[in-house]
Amino acid sequence: MSNPQQRKQQMSVLDRLQRYLPQLVIAPPFLLLVFFVYGFIAWTGIISLTNSRMLPTFDVQGIQQYVRLLAMDRWNVAFDNLLIFGSLYILFSITIGCVLAVLLDQRIRAEGALRTIYLYPMAISFIVTGTAWKWILNPSLGIESYMQKLGWESFQFDWIVNRDMAIYVVVLAAVWQASGFVMALFLSALRTVDEDIIRAAHLDGASTTRIYFGIILPSLRPVFLSAFVILAHLSIKSFDLVVALTNGGPGYSSTLPANFMYEMAFRRNQIGLGAASAMMMLATVAAIIVPYLYSELRAKRHG
Amino acid sequence: MAEPKTLPGANGKRHLLGRIFIWTLLLAAAVLYLGPIYVVLSTSLKDLAEIRAGALLDLPHELNFTAWREAWSSACIGVRCEGLRPYFLNSVIMSVPSVAISTLIGALSGYALSLFRFRGANIIFALMLFGCFIPFQIVILPMAQTLGYLGIANSITGLIVVHTIYGISFTTLFFRNYYVSVPQELVRAATMDGAGFFRIFWHIMLPLSIPIIVVSVIWQFTQVWNEFLFGASFTSGGSQPVTVALNNLINSTTSVKQYNVDMAAALIAAAPTLVVYIIAGRFFVRGLTAGAVKG
Repeated sequence: MSNPQQRKQQMSVLDRLQRYLPQLVIAPPFLLLVFFVYGFIAWTGIISLTNSRMLPTFDVQGIQQYVRLLAMDRWNVAFDNLLIFGSLYILFSITIGCVLAVLLDQRIRAEGALRTIYLYPMAISFIVTGTAWKWILNPSLGIESYMQKLGWESFQFDWIVNRDMAIYVVVLAAVWQASGFVMALFLSALRTVDEDIIRAAHLDGASTTRIYFGIILPSLRPVFLSAFVILAHLSIKSFDLVVALTNGGPGYSSTLPANFMYEMAFRRNQIGLGAASAMMMLATVAAIIVPYLYSELRAKRHG
Repeated sequence: MAEPKTLPGANGKRHLLGRIFIWTLLLAAAVLYLGPIYVVLSTSLKDLAEIRAGALLDLPHELNFTAWREAWSSACIGVRCEGLRPYFLNSVIMSVPSVAISTLIGALSGYALSLFRFRGANIIFALMLFGCFIPFQIVILPMAQTLGYLGIANSITGLIVVHTIYGISFTTLFFRNYYVSVPQELVRAATMDGAGFFRIFWHIMLPLSIPIIVVSVIWQFTQVWNEFLFGASFTSGGSQPVTVALNNLINSTTSVKQYNVDMAAALIAAAPTLVVYIIAGRFFVRGLTAGAVKG
Protein backbone atom coordinates (compact mmCIF):
# COMPACT_ATOMS: atom_id res chain seq x y z
CA MET A 1 0.00 0.00 0.00
CA SER A 2 2.85 2.35 0.75
CA ASN A 3 4.51 1.35 -2.48
CA PRO A 4 3.08 4.00 -4.84
CA GLN A 5 3.58 6.66 -2.23
CA GLN A 6 7.19 5.63 -1.79
CA ARG A 7 7.74 5.77 -5.50
CA LYS A 8 6.20 9.19 -5.63
CA GLN A 9 8.58 10.33 -2.96
CA GLN A 10 11.53 8.90 -4.85
CA MET A 11 10.41 10.65 -7.98
CA SER A 12 10.20 13.92 -6.20
CA VAL A 13 13.71 13.47 -4.81
CA LEU A 14 14.95 12.87 -8.35
CA ASP A 15 12.89 15.80 -9.56
CA ARG A 16 14.29 17.98 -6.84
CA LEU A 17 17.78 16.86 -7.75
CA GLN A 18 17.11 17.69 -11.38
CA ARG A 19 15.79 21.11 -10.40
CA TYR A 20 18.81 21.94 -8.32
CA LEU A 21 21.27 20.47 -10.77
CA PRO A 22 22.61 23.89 -11.89
CA GLN A 23 23.34 24.77 -8.28
CA LEU A 24 24.91 21.37 -7.69
CA VAL A 25 27.13 21.80 -10.73
CA ILE A 26 28.29 25.27 -9.78
CA ALA A 27 28.86 24.33 -6.14
CA PRO A 28 32.22 22.51 -6.45
CA PRO A 29 34.05 25.14 -8.52
CA PHE A 30 32.47 27.89 -6.48
CA LEU A 31 33.54 26.31 -3.20
CA LEU A 32 37.02 25.72 -4.60
CA LEU A 33 37.33 29.41 -5.36
CA VAL A 34 35.82 30.43 -2.03
CA PHE A 35 38.51 28.40 -0.33
CA PHE A 36 41.45 29.12 -2.61
CA VAL A 37 40.70 32.82 -3.15
CA TYR A 38 38.76 34.14 -0.17
CA GLY A 39 39.97 31.56 2.33
CA PHE A 40 43.56 32.17 1.31
CA ILE A 41 43.08 35.95 1.49
CA ALA A 42 41.90 35.52 5.08
CA TRP A 43 44.78 33.12 5.75
CA THR A 44 47.33 35.61 4.42
CA GLY A 45 45.55 38.34 6.39
CA ILE A 46 46.04 36.37 9.61
CA ILE A 47 49.70 35.64 8.83
CA SER A 48 50.21 39.37 8.28
CA LEU A 49 49.15 39.96 11.89
CA THR A 50 51.75 37.57 13.31
CA ASN A 51 55.49 37.53 13.79
CA SER A 52 55.95 34.72 11.26
CA ARG A 53 59.49 34.52 10.02
CA MET A 54 60.68 31.32 8.37
CA LEU A 55 57.43 29.40 8.87
CA PRO A 56 53.92 30.80 9.16
CA THR A 57 52.52 30.88 12.67
CA PHE A 58 49.01 31.77 13.73
CA ASP A 59 49.82 33.64 16.91
CA VAL A 60 48.08 36.95 16.22
CA GLN A 61 50.03 39.89 17.59
CA GLY A 62 48.58 42.96 15.93
CA ILE A 63 49.48 45.33 13.17
CA GLN A 64 53.17 45.72 13.85
CA GLN A 65 54.14 44.18 10.49
CA TYR A 66 52.23 46.97 8.74
CA VAL A 67 53.93 49.55 10.92
CA ARG A 68 57.32 48.05 10.03
CA LEU A 69 56.35 47.89 6.38
CA LEU A 70 55.39 51.53 6.10
CA ALA A 71 58.62 52.58 7.78
CA MET A 72 60.82 50.55 5.43
CA ASP A 73 62.67 52.41 2.74
CA ARG A 74 62.58 49.38 0.47
CA TRP A 75 58.78 49.26 0.63
CA ASN A 76 58.40 52.97 0.08
CA VAL A 77 60.68 52.81 -2.94
CA ALA A 78 58.63 49.89 -4.26
CA PHE A 79 55.36 51.71 -3.76
CA ASP A 80 56.64 54.96 -5.30
CA ASN A 81 57.90 52.90 -8.21
CA LEU A 82 54.44 51.41 -8.58
CA LEU A 83 52.95 54.91 -8.82
CA ILE A 84 55.52 55.99 -11.42
CA PHE A 85 55.40 52.75 -13.34
CA GLY A 86 51.63 52.40 -13.17
CA SER A 87 50.79 55.91 -14.33
CA LEU A 88 53.31 56.01 -17.18
CA TYR A 89 52.46 52.48 -18.27
CA ILE A 90 48.75 53.27 -18.39
CA LEU A 91 49.25 56.68 -20.02
CA PHE A 92 51.61 55.54 -22.77
CA SER A 93 49.87 52.25 -23.48
CA ILE A 94 46.50 53.94 -23.89
CA THR A 95 47.88 56.84 -25.95
CA ILE A 96 49.92 54.65 -28.29
CA GLY A 97 47.21 51.99 -28.52
CA CYS A 98 44.57 54.57 -29.28
CA VAL A 99 46.65 56.36 -31.95
CA LEU A 100 47.51 53.08 -33.66
CA ALA A 101 43.87 52.00 -33.63
CA VAL A 102 42.71 55.28 -35.19
CA LEU A 103 45.43 55.11 -37.85
CA LEU A 104 44.60 51.49 -38.65
CA ASP A 105 40.98 52.47 -38.93
CA GLN A 106 41.74 54.61 -42.03
CA ARG A 107 41.14 51.79 -44.53
CA ILE A 108 44.68 50.48 -44.45
CA ARG A 109 45.22 47.66 -46.89
CA ALA A 110 47.77 45.78 -44.80
CA GLU A 111 45.72 46.13 -41.64
CA GLY A 112 45.77 42.43 -40.79
CA ALA A 113 49.55 42.13 -41.01
CA LEU A 114 50.15 45.33 -39.05
CA ARG A 115 47.71 44.27 -36.35
CA THR A 116 49.53 40.96 -36.00
CA ILE A 117 52.85 42.79 -35.65
CA TYR A 118 51.57 45.23 -33.02
CA LEU A 119 49.98 42.54 -30.91
CA TYR A 120 52.48 39.69 -30.90
CA PRO A 121 54.39 40.91 -27.79
CA MET A 122 51.26 40.10 -25.79
CA ALA A 123 51.68 36.42 -26.63
CA ILE A 124 55.13 36.07 -25.12
CA SER A 125 56.01 35.88 -21.45
CA PHE A 126 57.31 38.77 -19.39
CA ILE A 127 60.45 36.74 -18.76
CA VAL A 128 61.19 36.60 -22.48
CA THR A 129 60.36 40.28 -22.93
CA GLY A 130 62.63 41.17 -20.03
CA THR A 131 65.43 39.01 -21.42
CA ALA A 132 65.20 40.67 -24.83
CA TRP A 133 65.18 44.24 -23.53
CA LYS A 134 67.90 43.52 -21.01
CA TRP A 135 70.12 42.45 -23.88
CA ILE A 136 69.22 45.40 -26.10
CA LEU A 137 69.75 47.95 -23.33
CA ASN A 138 72.93 46.58 -21.77
CA PRO A 139 75.47 49.41 -22.08
CA SER A 140 78.52 47.38 -23.07
CA LEU A 141 77.19 45.49 -26.10
CA GLY A 142 73.70 46.87 -26.61
CA ILE A 143 72.18 49.82 -28.37
CA GLU A 144 74.41 52.34 -26.58
CA SER A 145 77.68 50.86 -27.80
CA TYR A 146 76.17 50.24 -31.24
CA MET A 147 75.32 53.92 -31.66
CA GLN A 148 78.73 54.95 -30.37
CA LYS A 149 80.44 52.65 -32.86
CA LEU A 150 78.35 54.12 -35.64
CA GLY A 151 80.05 57.40 -34.83
CA TRP A 152 77.60 59.06 -32.45
CA GLU A 153 80.10 59.01 -29.64
CA SER A 154 78.18 61.02 -27.11
CA PHE A 155 75.15 58.72 -27.36
CA GLN A 156 74.10 57.58 -23.91
CA PHE A 157 71.37 55.18 -22.93
CA ASP A 158 72.42 53.51 -19.73
CA TRP A 159 69.10 53.67 -17.90
CA ILE A 160 69.15 50.00 -17.08
CA VAL A 161 72.18 50.42 -14.81
CA ASN A 162 71.20 53.86 -13.56
CA ARG A 163 69.59 53.96 -10.13
CA ASP A 164 67.32 56.88 -11.02
CA MET A 165 66.26 55.63 -14.43
CA ALA A 166 65.94 51.84 -14.12
CA ILE A 167 62.21 51.96 -13.40
CA TYR A 168 61.65 53.78 -16.72
CA VAL A 169 63.26 50.88 -18.54
CA VAL A 170 60.58 48.68 -17.00
CA VAL A 171 57.97 51.15 -18.31
CA LEU A 172 59.51 50.99 -21.79
CA ALA A 173 59.40 47.20 -22.00
CA ALA A 174 55.93 47.00 -20.45
CA VAL A 175 54.49 49.57 -22.87
CA TRP A 176 56.07 47.71 -25.78
CA GLN A 177 54.25 44.61 -24.60
CA ALA A 178 50.84 46.05 -23.76
CA SER A 179 50.18 48.86 -26.24
CA GLY A 180 49.24 46.45 -29.03
CA PHE A 181 46.63 44.94 -26.77
CA VAL A 182 45.12 48.38 -26.12
CA MET A 183 45.18 48.94 -29.89
CA ALA A 184 43.13 45.75 -30.34
CA LEU A 185 40.63 46.87 -27.70
CA PHE A 186 40.13 50.24 -29.37
CA LEU A 187 40.07 48.89 -32.89
CA SER A 188 37.29 46.45 -32.13
CA ALA A 189 35.33 49.25 -30.49
CA LEU A 190 35.92 51.62 -33.43
CA ARG A 191 34.38 49.01 -35.68
CA THR A 192 31.13 49.19 -33.77
CA VAL A 193 30.76 52.98 -34.09
CA ASP A 194 27.70 53.85 -36.13
CA GLU A 195 28.83 54.80 -39.65
CA ASP A 196 25.72 56.87 -40.35
CA ILE A 197 26.60 59.40 -37.68
CA ILE A 198 30.07 59.81 -39.18
CA ARG A 199 28.66 60.20 -42.67
CA ALA A 200 26.21 62.78 -41.44
CA ALA A 201 29.00 64.72 -39.72
CA HIS A 202 31.06 64.61 -42.92
CA LEU A 203 28.14 66.03 -44.85
CA ASP A 204 27.88 68.83 -42.31
CA GLY A 205 31.48 69.68 -43.21
CA ALA A 206 33.23 68.44 -40.09
CA SER A 207 36.86 67.40 -40.61
CA THR A 208 38.02 63.87 -39.86
CA THR A 209 40.08 65.15 -36.95
CA ARG A 210 37.07 66.91 -35.50
CA ILE A 211 34.89 63.87 -35.99
CA TYR A 212 37.37 61.73 -34.06
CA PHE A 213 37.78 64.20 -31.22
CA GLY A 214 34.20 65.38 -31.10
CA ILE A 215 32.20 62.24 -31.75
CA ILE A 216 34.09 58.98 -31.97
CA LEU A 217 36.59 59.11 -29.12
CA PRO A 218 34.05 60.43 -26.59
CA SER A 219 31.77 57.55 -27.50
CA LEU A 220 34.57 55.15 -26.60
CA ARG A 221 34.56 56.17 -22.94
CA PRO A 222 33.74 52.65 -21.73
CA VAL A 223 36.78 51.31 -23.64
CA PHE A 224 39.06 53.89 -22.01
CA LEU A 225 37.69 52.78 -18.67
CA SER A 226 38.17 49.08 -19.40
CA ALA A 227 41.70 49.66 -20.66
CA PHE A 228 42.48 51.72 -17.59
CA VAL A 229 41.19 49.08 -15.19
CA ILE A 230 42.96 46.22 -16.94
CA LEU A 231 46.27 48.04 -17.18
CA ALA A 232 46.03 49.33 -13.62
CA HIS A 233 45.57 45.88 -12.15
CA LEU A 234 48.27 44.46 -14.43
CA SER A 235 50.69 47.08 -13.19
CA ILE A 236 50.02 46.15 -9.58
CA LYS A 237 50.57 42.48 -10.44
CA SER A 238 53.79 43.22 -12.39
CA PHE A 239 56.49 40.93 -11.12
CA ASP A 240 58.22 38.78 -13.74
CA LEU A 241 59.18 41.66 -16.02
CA VAL A 242 61.19 43.32 -13.26
CA VAL A 243 62.75 39.99 -12.29
CA ALA A 244 64.01 39.36 -15.81
CA LEU A 245 64.86 42.93 -16.77
CA THR A 246 66.54 44.58 -13.79
CA ASN A 247 66.01 42.09 -10.97
CA GLY A 248 64.87 45.11 -8.97
CA GLY A 249 68.22 46.82 -9.27
CA PRO A 250 70.53 48.61 -9.22
CA GLY A 251 70.22 47.95 -5.48
CA TYR A 252 66.46 47.94 -5.01
CA SER A 253 65.84 51.05 -7.06
CA SER A 254 63.49 49.44 -9.60
CA THR A 255 61.72 47.02 -7.30
CA LEU A 256 57.89 46.86 -7.29
CA PRO A 257 55.59 45.75 -4.45
CA ALA A 258 55.17 42.30 -6.03
CA ASN A 259 58.94 41.85 -6.00
CA PHE A 260 59.17 43.15 -2.45
CA MET A 261 56.65 40.54 -1.32
CA TYR A 262 58.52 37.68 -3.02
CA GLU A 263 61.84 38.83 -1.63
CA MET A 264 60.54 39.00 1.95
CA ALA A 265 58.53 35.78 1.86
CA PHE A 266 60.93 33.49 0.00
CA ARG A 267 64.42 34.94 0.38
CA ARG A 268 64.58 36.73 3.71
CA ASN A 269 62.41 34.60 5.97
CA GLN A 270 60.11 37.53 6.70
CA ILE A 271 56.84 35.77 6.02
CA GLY A 272 54.78 38.07 8.24
CA LEU A 273 56.11 41.13 6.49
CA GLY A 274 55.62 39.51 3.09
CA ALA A 275 52.00 38.74 3.96
CA ALA A 276 51.44 42.34 5.04
CA SER A 277 52.81 43.61 1.75
CA ALA A 278 50.58 41.16 -0.15
CA MET A 279 47.57 42.54 1.73
CA MET A 280 48.57 46.05 0.69
CA MET A 281 48.75 44.91 -2.94
CA LEU A 282 45.34 43.30 -2.68
CA ALA A 283 43.88 46.45 -1.15
CA THR A 284 45.25 48.50 -4.05
CA VAL A 285 43.78 46.13 -6.63
CA ALA A 286 40.45 45.96 -4.81
CA ALA A 287 40.19 49.75 -4.70
CA ILE A 288 40.18 49.72 -8.51
CA ILE A 289 38.43 46.45 -9.32
CA VAL A 290 35.55 46.32 -6.86
CA PRO A 291 33.86 49.56 -7.99
CA TYR A 292 34.43 48.55 -11.62
CA LEU A 293 32.90 45.09 -11.25
CA TYR A 294 30.08 46.52 -9.18
CA SER A 295 29.11 49.06 -11.80
CA GLU A 296 29.59 46.63 -14.72
CA LEU A 297 27.42 43.93 -13.19
CA ARG A 298 24.80 46.41 -12.00
CA ALA A 299 24.55 48.11 -15.37
CA LYS A 300 24.02 44.72 -16.95
CA ARG A 301 21.21 43.79 -14.62
CA HIS A 302 19.35 47.00 -15.37
CA GLY A 303 20.13 46.95 -19.06
CA MET B 1 45.89 61.45 -33.29
CA ALA B 2 45.54 64.99 -34.52
CA GLU B 3 47.05 64.40 -37.90
CA PRO B 4 45.42 66.51 -40.56
CA LYS B 5 43.36 64.20 -42.66
CA THR B 6 41.28 65.16 -45.57
CA LEU B 7 37.61 65.37 -46.14
CA PRO B 8 36.34 62.96 -48.70
CA GLY B 9 36.52 64.75 -52.00
CA ALA B 10 39.06 67.31 -50.88
CA ASN B 11 41.94 67.90 -53.22
CA GLY B 12 44.18 64.96 -54.08
CA LYS B 13 47.45 66.44 -52.90
CA ARG B 14 46.31 66.88 -49.34
CA HIS B 15 44.85 63.43 -49.41
CA LEU B 16 48.13 61.98 -50.60
CA LEU B 17 50.08 63.80 -47.89
CA GLY B 18 47.68 62.46 -45.30
CA ARG B 19 48.14 58.90 -46.53
CA ILE B 20 51.93 59.25 -46.50
CA PHE B 21 51.75 60.57 -42.95
CA ILE B 22 49.58 57.67 -41.78
CA TRP B 23 51.75 55.06 -43.45
CA THR B 24 54.95 56.57 -42.07
CA LEU B 25 53.63 56.35 -38.54
CA LEU B 26 52.27 52.84 -38.98
CA LEU B 27 55.49 51.50 -40.49
CA ALA B 28 57.66 53.22 -37.88
CA ALA B 29 55.56 51.57 -35.21
CA ALA B 30 55.91 48.20 -36.94
CA VAL B 31 59.70 48.58 -36.94
CA LEU B 32 59.67 49.38 -33.22
CA TYR B 33 57.52 46.37 -32.39
CA LEU B 34 59.58 44.03 -34.53
CA GLY B 35 62.95 45.43 -33.39
CA PRO B 36 63.41 43.38 -30.23
CA ILE B 37 62.52 40.07 -31.86
CA TYR B 38 64.86 40.86 -34.74
CA VAL B 39 67.71 41.61 -32.35
CA VAL B 40 67.05 38.47 -30.31
CA LEU B 41 66.84 36.28 -33.40
CA SER B 42 69.93 37.69 -35.08
CA THR B 43 71.94 37.50 -31.84
CA SER B 44 70.96 33.85 -31.43
CA LEU B 45 72.46 33.10 -34.86
CA LYS B 46 75.80 34.86 -34.30
CA ASP B 47 78.88 33.42 -32.67
CA LEU B 48 80.34 35.02 -29.54
CA ALA B 49 83.20 36.76 -31.34
CA GLU B 50 80.73 38.47 -33.64
CA ILE B 51 78.57 39.48 -30.67
CA ARG B 52 81.54 40.90 -28.77
CA ALA B 53 82.41 42.98 -31.81
CA GLY B 54 79.29 44.87 -30.82
CA ALA B 55 77.22 45.04 -33.99
CA LEU B 56 73.87 44.67 -32.24
CA LEU B 57 71.64 45.58 -35.16
CA ASP B 58 73.66 43.96 -37.93
CA LEU B 59 72.62 40.75 -39.60
CA PRO B 60 74.69 37.69 -38.67
CA HIS B 61 77.59 36.98 -41.07
CA GLU B 62 76.42 33.40 -41.44
CA LEU B 63 73.62 31.35 -40.01
CA ASN B 64 75.02 29.52 -37.06
CA PHE B 65 72.67 27.24 -35.17
CA THR B 66 75.16 26.08 -32.53
CA ALA B 67 73.62 28.34 -29.89
CA TRP B 68 70.18 26.88 -30.55
CA ARG B 69 71.47 23.35 -30.14
CA GLU B 70 73.22 24.28 -26.95
CA ALA B 71 70.21 26.12 -25.52
CA TRP B 72 67.99 23.15 -26.24
CA SER B 73 70.13 20.29 -25.02
CA SER B 74 73.38 21.19 -23.26
CA ALA B 75 73.36 24.63 -21.62
CA CYS B 76 73.85 24.54 -17.85
CA ILE B 77 70.92 25.59 -15.70
CA GLY B 78 71.81 25.27 -12.04
CA VAL B 79 73.82 22.08 -11.70
CA ARG B 80 72.22 20.30 -14.63
CA CYS B 81 73.67 20.72 -18.10
CA GLU B 82 70.82 19.40 -20.23
CA GLY B 83 69.64 22.63 -21.75
CA LEU B 84 66.04 23.83 -21.72
CA ARG B 85 64.59 20.58 -23.01
CA PRO B 86 63.60 18.95 -19.68
CA TYR B 87 61.98 22.18 -18.50
CA PHE B 88 60.23 22.66 -21.81
CA LEU B 89 58.75 19.19 -21.37
CA ASN B 90 57.76 20.10 -17.79
CA SER B 91 55.81 23.04 -19.18
CA VAL B 92 54.10 20.82 -21.74
CA ILE B 93 53.15 18.28 -19.05
CA MET B 94 51.95 21.11 -16.84
CA SER B 95 49.92 22.96 -19.48
CA VAL B 96 47.93 20.18 -21.12
CA PRO B 97 45.95 18.94 -18.10
CA SER B 98 45.50 22.34 -16.49
CA VAL B 99 44.17 23.81 -19.73
CA ALA B 100 41.84 20.87 -20.39
CA ILE B 101 40.43 20.59 -16.87
CA SER B 102 39.92 24.30 -16.26
CA THR B 103 38.21 24.69 -19.65
CA LEU B 104 35.84 21.81 -18.93
CA ILE B 105 34.97 23.16 -15.47
CA GLY B 106 34.56 26.65 -16.90
CA ALA B 107 32.19 25.38 -19.58
CA LEU B 108 29.98 23.62 -17.04
CA SER B 109 29.92 26.48 -14.56
CA GLY B 110 29.39 29.08 -17.28
CA TYR B 111 26.48 26.98 -18.55
CA ALA B 112 24.95 26.63 -15.09
CA LEU B 113 25.36 30.34 -14.34
CA SER B 114 24.00 31.72 -17.59
CA LEU B 115 21.06 29.60 -18.71
CA PHE B 116 19.62 28.73 -15.33
CA ARG B 117 19.14 32.05 -13.64
CA PHE B 118 18.74 30.70 -10.14
CA ARG B 119 18.78 33.05 -7.21
CA GLY B 120 22.27 34.19 -6.31
CA ALA B 121 23.72 33.27 -9.72
CA ASN B 122 24.95 36.82 -10.30
CA ILE B 123 26.54 37.08 -6.88
CA ILE B 124 28.28 33.75 -7.36
CA PHE B 125 29.51 34.96 -10.73
CA ALA B 126 30.79 38.25 -9.29
CA LEU B 127 32.61 36.42 -6.49
CA MET B 128 34.21 34.05 -8.97
CA LEU B 129 35.10 36.91 -11.31
CA PHE B 130 37.09 38.71 -8.64
CA GLY B 131 39.49 35.77 -8.76
CA CYS B 132 40.63 36.99 -12.20
CA PHE B 133 42.07 40.14 -10.74
CA ILE B 134 43.73 39.22 -7.45
CA PRO B 135 47.49 39.61 -7.30
CA PHE B 136 48.67 36.06 -6.77
CA GLN B 137 51.10 37.18 -4.08
CA ILE B 138 48.04 37.09 -1.83
CA VAL B 139 47.69 33.30 -2.21
CA ILE B 140 51.24 31.99 -2.51
CA LEU B 141 51.98 31.64 1.21
CA PRO B 142 48.85 29.60 2.05
CA MET B 143 49.23 27.71 -1.23
CA ALA B 144 52.80 26.72 -0.41
CA GLN B 145 51.56 25.28 2.89
CA THR B 146 48.58 23.59 1.30
CA LEU B 147 50.70 21.95 -1.39
CA GLY B 148 52.93 20.71 1.43
CA TYR B 149 49.94 19.18 3.29
CA LEU B 150 48.80 17.52 0.09
CA GLY B 151 52.27 16.12 -0.53
CA ILE B 152 52.60 17.76 -3.93
CA ALA B 153 55.02 20.56 -3.07
CA ASN B 154 57.83 20.99 -5.60
CA SER B 155 56.08 18.90 -8.23
CA ILE B 156 54.49 19.44 -11.60
CA THR B 157 51.30 17.93 -10.19
CA GLY B 158 51.22 20.77 -7.68
CA LEU B 159 51.53 23.34 -10.46
CA ILE B 160 48.76 21.63 -12.44
CA VAL B 161 46.46 21.92 -9.42
CA VAL B 162 47.33 25.58 -8.88
CA HIS B 163 46.89 26.55 -12.53
CA THR B 164 43.63 24.66 -12.82
CA ILE B 165 42.13 26.33 -9.77
CA TYR B 166 43.08 29.88 -10.67
CA GLY B 167 42.15 29.32 -14.30
CA ILE B 168 38.53 28.57 -13.40
CA SER B 169 37.71 32.25 -12.86
CA PHE B 170 38.74 33.09 -16.42
CA THR B 171 37.19 30.09 -18.14
CA THR B 172 33.92 30.61 -16.27
CA LEU B 173 33.92 34.23 -17.41
CA PHE B 174 34.45 33.23 -21.05
CA PHE B 175 31.74 30.58 -21.16
CA ARG B 176 29.26 32.48 -19.04
CA ASN B 177 29.48 35.56 -21.26
CA TYR B 178 29.23 33.38 -24.34
CA TYR B 179 26.18 31.44 -23.17
CA VAL B 180 24.38 34.55 -21.98
CA SER B 181 23.65 35.35 -25.61
CA VAL B 182 22.11 31.92 -26.27
CA PRO B 183 18.31 32.30 -26.24
CA GLN B 184 16.74 30.81 -23.15
CA GLU B 185 13.90 29.44 -25.31
CA LEU B 186 16.32 26.88 -26.68
CA VAL B 187 16.83 25.43 -23.23
CA ARG B 188 13.15 25.71 -22.37
CA ALA B 189 12.14 23.86 -25.52
CA ALA B 190 14.68 21.12 -24.91
CA THR B 191 13.47 20.78 -21.33
CA MET B 192 9.89 20.38 -22.61
CA ASP B 193 11.13 17.58 -24.79
CA GLY B 194 12.41 15.90 -21.66
CA ALA B 195 16.11 16.62 -22.05
CA GLY B 196 17.96 17.01 -18.77
CA PHE B 197 20.69 19.41 -17.71
CA PHE B 198 23.59 17.34 -18.96
CA ARG B 199 21.89 16.23 -22.16
CA ILE B 200 21.22 19.82 -23.12
CA PHE B 201 24.82 20.68 -22.32
CA TRP B 202 26.22 17.79 -24.30
CA HIS B 203 23.93 17.80 -27.33
CA ILE B 204 22.97 21.45 -27.70
CA MET B 205 25.46 23.69 -25.95
CA LEU B 206 28.78 22.01 -26.66
CA PRO B 207 28.31 21.91 -30.44
CA LEU B 208 27.58 25.65 -30.28
CA SER B 209 30.66 26.31 -28.19
CA ILE B 210 33.55 25.53 -30.50
CA PRO B 211 34.72 29.17 -30.87
CA ILE B 212 34.65 29.88 -27.15
CA ILE B 213 36.38 26.58 -26.40
CA VAL B 214 39.18 27.66 -28.73
CA VAL B 215 39.34 31.06 -27.03
CA SER B 216 39.47 29.47 -23.60
CA VAL B 217 42.09 26.89 -24.54
CA ILE B 218 44.34 29.49 -26.17
CA TRP B 219 43.98 31.91 -23.29
CA GLN B 220 44.68 29.28 -20.64
CA PHE B 221 47.58 27.83 -22.57
CA THR B 222 49.19 31.25 -22.97
CA GLN B 223 48.66 32.05 -19.29
CA VAL B 224 49.96 28.75 -17.98
CA TRP B 225 52.90 28.54 -20.36
CA ASN B 226 54.05 32.10 -19.65
CA GLU B 227 53.45 32.02 -15.90
CA PHE B 228 56.43 32.64 -13.64
CA LEU B 229 55.43 33.44 -10.06
CA PHE B 230 53.88 30.05 -9.18
CA GLY B 231 56.68 28.18 -10.89
CA ALA B 232 59.34 30.15 -9.05
CA SER B 233 57.55 29.90 -5.69
CA PHE B 234 56.51 26.25 -5.67
CA THR B 235 59.19 24.38 -7.60
CA SER B 236 62.94 24.05 -7.65
CA GLY B 237 65.50 22.07 -9.59
CA GLY B 238 64.15 19.48 -12.00
CA SER B 239 60.46 20.27 -11.71
CA GLN B 240 60.67 23.90 -12.80
CA PRO B 241 58.70 25.15 -15.79
CA VAL B 242 60.48 26.67 -18.77
CA THR B 243 60.03 30.33 -17.75
CA VAL B 244 61.81 29.76 -14.45
CA ALA B 245 64.57 27.75 -16.12
CA LEU B 246 65.05 30.48 -18.71
CA ASN B 247 65.39 33.11 -16.01
CA ASN B 248 67.94 30.96 -14.18
CA LEU B 249 69.90 30.47 -17.37
CA ILE B 250 69.98 34.20 -18.15
CA ASN B 251 70.98 35.16 -14.62
CA SER B 252 73.54 32.43 -14.04
CA THR B 253 76.83 33.98 -13.12
CA THR B 254 78.96 30.87 -13.09
CA SER B 255 80.35 30.86 -16.60
CA VAL B 256 81.17 33.22 -19.43
CA LYS B 257 78.02 34.92 -20.65
CA GLN B 258 76.86 33.28 -23.83
CA TYR B 259 74.47 35.84 -25.17
CA ASN B 260 73.66 33.82 -28.27
CA VAL B 261 72.61 30.85 -26.14
CA ASP B 262 70.52 33.12 -23.90
CA MET B 263 68.69 34.55 -26.89
CA ALA B 264 68.10 31.15 -28.48
CA ALA B 265 66.73 29.94 -25.15
CA ALA B 266 64.40 32.94 -24.95
CA LEU B 267 63.05 32.16 -28.41
CA ILE B 268 62.60 28.48 -27.56
CA ALA B 269 60.64 29.43 -24.45
CA ALA B 270 58.51 31.88 -26.44
CA ALA B 271 57.95 29.63 -29.47
CA PRO B 272 54.82 27.67 -28.44
CA THR B 273 52.71 30.69 -27.55
CA LEU B 274 54.00 32.63 -30.57
CA VAL B 275 53.05 29.78 -32.88
CA VAL B 276 49.59 29.59 -31.34
CA TYR B 277 49.24 33.34 -31.75
CA ILE B 278 50.26 33.29 -35.39
CA ILE B 279 47.96 30.39 -36.22
CA ALA B 280 44.94 31.49 -34.21
CA GLY B 281 45.47 35.19 -33.53
CA ARG B 282 41.81 36.01 -33.94
CA PHE B 283 40.83 33.79 -31.03
CA PHE B 284 43.73 35.06 -28.98
CA VAL B 285 42.47 38.63 -29.34
CA ARG B 286 38.98 37.57 -28.35
CA GLY B 287 40.32 36.03 -25.16
CA LEU B 288 42.25 39.18 -24.34
CA THR B 289 39.31 41.47 -24.86
CA ALA B 290 36.75 39.20 -23.19
CA GLY B 291 37.73 40.52 -19.80
CA ALA B 292 37.09 44.05 -20.91
CA VAL B 293 33.87 43.64 -22.83
CA LYS B 294 30.87 43.36 -20.60
CA GLY B 295 28.85 40.24 -21.05
